[in-house]
Amino acid sequence: MSIVSVETDLEALAVVLVAEFSEPPERVWELWSDPRKLERWWGPPTYPATVERFEFAPGGEVSYYMTGPEGDRHGGWWRFTAIEAPTGLSFEDGFADADGKPADAPVAAVTVELAAAGPGTRMEMRAAYPTRADLDQVVGMGMEEGLRESAGQMDAVLAR
Amino acid sequence: MVVESSADRVFQALSDATRRDILRRCAEEAVPVSRLAQAYPMSFAAVQKHVAALERAGLVVKEQHGRERRVRTVPAGLDGARRALDLAAGSWRGRADRMAQLLEEDGPAGPASGTGGTR
Repeated sequence: MSIVSVETDLEALAVVLVAEFSEPPERVWELWSDPRKLERWWGPPTYPATVERFEFAPGGEVSYYMTGPEGDRHGGWWRFTAIEAPTGLSFEDGFADADGKPADAPVAAVTVELAAAGPGTRMEMRAAYPTRADLDQVVGMGMEEGLRESAGQMDAVLAR
Repeated sequence: MVVESSADRVFQALSDATRRDILRRCAEEAVPVSRLAQAYPMSFAAVQKHVAALERAGLVVKEQHGRERRVRTVPAGLDGARRALDLAAGSWRGRADRMAQLLEEDGPAGPASGTGGTR
């Protein structure tokens, strides 16, 4: 597999990631549609995700939390806006408070497209925020912590 | 093919302990390059290379003070949108890596977790 590109679009306030996997779209789809599989890749290794609720249908809701090294919990939620197995899904992705309820915080709109590419899959993922103020708030909300985590992962990536 | 984006530059800059330490030192006040060089067990040129990597990633700026070049960490708030997108790009990159790893681990035989798949 290779990550073809990870681009940030400052005009559209979006991140666009293109990756190619050697497995067919049906296999990649399972990573999104099966909550037990989703738990294995959504959070970084030191912040594994636990999915508590998973309604895989348009309008359906997901609630999950990630557990940090100190046992600290960080909640999140999704709401599916479209599902077209096995080639596309979109959902809203937001932060949750301690009770798992959507927090008063920015919500990203995420769109995922899977297309057959020879025997494998090309995945294009786009995550967009509504306003610049939302992005400022996201930085303030402890994504710096996430940055240190990701920097640790980067070591492993660069070592390859 | 991997295209280097601004997010890549940020994450490469932050993947090194010395560079993260430089960011911490230069966050409170601008620090002369010469003083930074004394702080680490490496050559002046090596420290300059670290500073240059941070500068390319937009994480520090160099300021001229008389005959001295000082390094200052750029606060996240100055360019919050850019920083937030870089962070989001970094976490999505990590996720795509883990997806690929998971597909490999579970082998070509299809669902192996026995959880009954989707619901």
